[in-house]
Amino acid sequence: MKYLEEFRNPELAEGLLADIRATVTRPWALMEVCGGQTHSIIRHAIDQLLPEEVELIHGPGCPVCVTPLEMIDRALAIAARPGVIFCSFGDMLRVPGTDRDLFRVRSEGGDVRVVYSPLDALRIARENPDREVVFFGIGFETTAPPNAMAVHLARKEGLRNFSMLVSHVRVPPAIDAIMESPDCRVQGFLAAGHVCSVMGTDEYPALADRHRVPIVVTGFEPLDILEGIRRTVRQLERGEHTVDNAYPRAVRPEGNPAARAMLEDVFEVADRAWRGIGVIPLSGWRLAPHYRDHDAEHRFDVAGITTREPAACRAGEVLQGLLKPHQCEAFGTACTPRTPLGATMVSSEGACAAYYLYRRLGAPAASAPAQEATPVG
Amino acid sequence: MCLAVPGRVTEIGERDGTRMAVMDFGGVVKDVCLEYLPDLAVGDYAIVHVGFALQRLDEESARRTLALFEELGLLQEEFGDPWEAAGEWRDPGERDREASGEPGAGRAAEEAGR
Repeated sequence: MKYLEEFRNPELAEGLLADIRATVTRPWALMEVCGGQTHSIIRHAIDQLLPEEVELIHGPGCPVCVTPLEMIDRALAIAARPGVIFCSFGDMLRVPGTDRDLFRVRSEGGDVRVVYSPLDALRIARENPDREVVFFGIGFETTAPPNAMAVHLARKEGLRNFSMLVSHVRVPPAIDAIMESPDCRVQGFLAAGHVCSVMGTDEYPALADRHRVPIVVTGFEPLDILEGIRRTVRQLERGEHTVDNAYPRAVRPEGNPAARAMLEDVFEVADRAWRGIGVIPLSGWRLAPHYRDHDAEHRFDVAGITTREPAACRAGEVLQGLLKPHQCEAFGTACTPRTPLGATMVSSEGACAAYYLYRRLGAPAASAPAQEATPVG
Repeated sequence: MCLAVPGRVTEIGERDGTRMAVMDFGGVVKDVCLEYLPDLAVGDYAIVHVGFALQRLDEESARRTLALFEELGLLQEEFGDPWEAAGEWRDPGERDREASGEPGAGRAAEEAGR
């Protein structure tokens, strides 16, 4: 596919790696924020190609993984109601709630549907005027504009049977929270490219300044990631901490103004709990008051839910970059993509799923080759 | 949910009062909403996520980035460590087979024995 293959060229990768090797003189810890980047890194073994001095810490940028358990349980409660058609991205189906997941709700008679786009949920609402259609609106700044458009169109068309359970999150407050954490080892960030395609780069210079940390907007293909790492390492070696754009083919400084205007109209910034991490102030979006008729939390009484996380799951530490997935005792044994204990093992952007899919290939921990059982980086 | 892919616009139209396109993703064809990039024209490339075109793909910038990467490779050939280069040498047939399969830095790494 054009504009993908060119950025996977192994020979060009070698040039980028050589430049990183020639530049680095001491250990650096970089965090890739986005789970899509984590998957690309593990899939292409980029962490193993890098010089030993460069460690990649996997960040919390997997929206499915950080959606709080309370919200999952609310989704499950709504999806189980008679008369409701519950629409979700496929990633959410196997995410464990306190005592079940959306698959289970469906097997017990709930009408749960997987959609590719929020506009598909809108179409389902048009076609089923006598049913309540609820869309599970999760995601970072990349997914928020499509979801905002669905709510905007529902209001414009007077589709009263369409509502959204909103659990959106934003990257910059998460970077702030990570840097404020006393255990933080991160010295440079690869910022999530497609988040910046929408939002642009205005939010990052203040963060780079405050925490004296380079932030390099980075794409998703192997060469994009290597270039993001190369530019971050260069800044670190020179003692610089600026915002740089290593993904200019898809990121402009102003982002997408039409999408940003829609976000301003449909959502308002709110505190948000991140699963495994806790509440991060102003780190999310909820529907603005004039869209409250389409807010599933207002339409359905789903307050007062008691949640319980499985004790063995250490996803919180994985999401904060404190633990590599295979260092968890349950990894690959009690916890696999088929029987996940936490969302990080489910999502196509979860770090545990990436390690399971691309590194261990389903082999139990004990029989994995020695070099793969040691911490990487 | 950052996973987004570049596609090419093949048709533009309207549905339910919304500006829509048909876009081609290396043979896979999908309907895509253009409300956030209303100026996108047939033949243009854009980054698409959950059925929405979110940013125009700047082809000139893509070319410049690739040219920079090629330059780094040339510098490496000129000034790189020849012992390291020899250690990573693979026979041309192997390289051709790789080129015909799915290209990826990871495979090159595995074959280089790291």
